[in-house]
Amino acid sequence: MSIIQVRNISKIYNKEHIPVRALNGIDLDINKGEFTAIVGPSGSGKTTLLNIIGGLDTPTEGSVNIHGTDMFSLKDRKLIDFRLHHIGFVFQAYNLIPVLTALENVMFILQMQGRPHKECVARGMELLKQVGLEDKVDKRPSELSGGQQQRVAVARALASKPDFVLADEPTANLDSKSTSDLLDMMLQLNELGETTFIFSTHDQRVVDRAKRVLTLVDGEIETDEVR
Amino acid sequence: MLYLKMAWRNIWRNKRRTLITMASIVMAVVLSAVMSSMQEGQYDQMIDNTVGSFTGHIQIQQAEYKDEPNLDHSLRINEVLFRQVEETAGVKAVVPRIDSYALAGGLHKTKAAMIAGIDIEAEKHLSEPDQKVISGRYFNSNSEHAVLISAGLADYLNVQTGDSLVLISSGFHGVSAADLIPIKGVLKFGIPDMNNGMVYMPLQTAQEFFGAYNRVTALAVMAQDAKGIHEVAQRLSSQLPDDYKVYGWQELMPELIQAIEADRGSGQIILMVLYMVVGFGILGTVLMMTAERKFEFGVLLSIGTSRFVIGLTLILEMATITILGTISGIIASLPFIYYFNINPMEFTGQAAAAIEEYGMEPFIRFSTDPSIIINQAMIVLVITLLISIYPLIHTKRINPVEAMRH
Ligand SMILES: Nc1ncnc2c1ncn2[C@@H]1O[C@H](COP(=O)(O)OP(=O)(O)OP(=O)(O)O)[C@@H](O)[C@H]1O
Ligand SMILES: [Mg+2]
Repeated sequence: MSIIQVRNISKIYNKEHIPVRALNGIDLDINKGEFTAIVGPSGSGKTTLLNIIGGLDTPTEGSVNIHGTDMFSLKDRKLIDFRLHHIGFVFQAYNLIPVLTALENVMFILQMQGRPHKECVARGMELLKQVGLEDKVDKRPSELSGGQQQRVAVARALASKPDFVLADEPTANLDSKSTSDLLDMMLQLNELGETTFIFSTHDQRVVDRAKRVLTLVDGEIETDEVR
Repeated sequence: MLYLKMAWRNIWRNKRRTLITMASIVMAVVLSAVMSSMQEGQYDQMIDNTVGSFTGHIQIQQAEYKDEPNLDHSLRINEVLFRQVEETAGVKAVVPRIDSYALAGGLHKTKAAMIAGIDIEAEKHLSEPDQKVISGRYFNSNSEHAVLISAGLADYLNVQTGDSLVLISSGFHGVSAADLIPIKGVLKFGIPDMNNGMVYMPLQTAQEFFGAYNRVTALAVMAQDAKGIHEVAQRLSSQLPDDYKVYGWQELMPELIQAIEADRGSGQIILMVLYMVVGFGILGTVLMMTAERKFEFGVLLSIGTSRFVIGLTLILEMATITILGTISGIIASLPFIYYFNINPMEFTGQAAAAIEEYGMEPFIRFSTDPSIIINQAMIVLVITLLISIYPLIHTKRINPVEAMRH
């Protein structure tokens, strides 16, 4: 049973002036525990697709169903709340709240969910340990390297035990060592914790580690390869 | 707690801007509080100049005296009536007066002067002539045949203590009044009009001079509490016979009230401009704060932070800046206000002349009424908080995808 069902998604930007067709009739199913890379040339629609799956952007046509919830039938507030409880996000950079420490950043999501403070601290510590940053819990983002910041972002994305984690080019700003460390960690979380990851990338080494690779060209899925 | 912590750390992310914003709030509070204290102090002084040193809080007059103030409309008083007034609740002192005009003459010159027939003890509660003697001595009985003359008048007439003064006037029911009377001393008044034309006479001497035995033109009443004047006036009014009219000082001096109101109004326009300037300064900060954190808000919204929480942290940030600024403003304005309360701001030269022209003493003693500072601080606080509502509107419109595109 798939956890995400993308049906006939199209996205046309700038409809009134010069329309740009970013996505064109995408159908896609994501199963629990997948480790899926979305690749494709620049402008092929990777970010647009991830944004729509994450409920950050609305499609011009089509639907996204997550665990039986039709995401775009949700009102703004419900949608934000849905993201808080069901989806983890990792962005390319500047993911973290600058004024909060690593631990506070991870705890933030849990506090938003109204969990008791003790539980937030315990889970935050546990996650930072999993991403290998137990000695950096009290550091602010500005005191962490790019790779460390991305790990904290992954820890935060996992904090609420989401259905899946979306990551748009999470390694784009990292050197190759940090890239491979981050990937090792994500794979480990995927294998041990059965966390579903969907990420986009331009980096062939990252693609090589993926278990499923979707290639987008001009807003359409050209190949869908499961390894 | 989390939001307060975030707000607190956020405002110190850009220390300089926060301090500049706070400084502008401090300035606004200080300027408006100091300005208002100065104005209100000036009004208190205007009132005090006339009420506290001449009119009294309340006056009891004969019914027609207000429209035609002359000796024919004076009051007949007796011990019983006097006691009755004196024993009314809230009355501090009763000061009888017989006021009229006379032509005062020295050796070579004459001038119209106001004659104030005073009870030599009671008057110490009102115009305090005993404190104003700069040469000679104060009266020692109410029937003493002597006058005290104001310094300006003495200069003009070229007379001094020990000389005699010629006084010519008409008294009660037109009897002629004339006397040659020794000058016992010279009085220095701060109020120019008084300094240039006052002659003080003991009460009985004045009554004899005017042929107005047992009569006064007014009983001035000092209340125990300047704020309770209205109640005291009502109490007196209900006790006294109908032809005794009781006036609060506001009724006796409507022009003064009007002048104060007009001046207060123009002061408020200046304050409004000040509030606007500060308001726009704060709006600038709010706009920058929201604009430069667009990406951050995009991330927050994406990961599931509600718009309300984002708006709340922004409001908490502005509120913290504003409240800190307002409190510092209050603290910073206190020394100014107290300094100028203890050491009234003095004017010299042309400014002094201009103020004296209005019949006022050329200095301003700032008011320390706490409600003035509190009011000004509250206005600034409310304005800044109102402006801080903007983030709430702003956060309603953030679109995460758009916010995170660079
Ligand atoms: N807000 C927008 N308004 C108009 N056109 C847009 C907007 N966002 C994206 N596009 C266009 O939609 C198409 C797909 O963009 P998208 O960002 O999804 O591509 P991408 O695969 O993520 O590219 P990249 O690898 O460079 O990140 C592009 O042609 C882009 O110019
Ligand atoms: Mg992209």
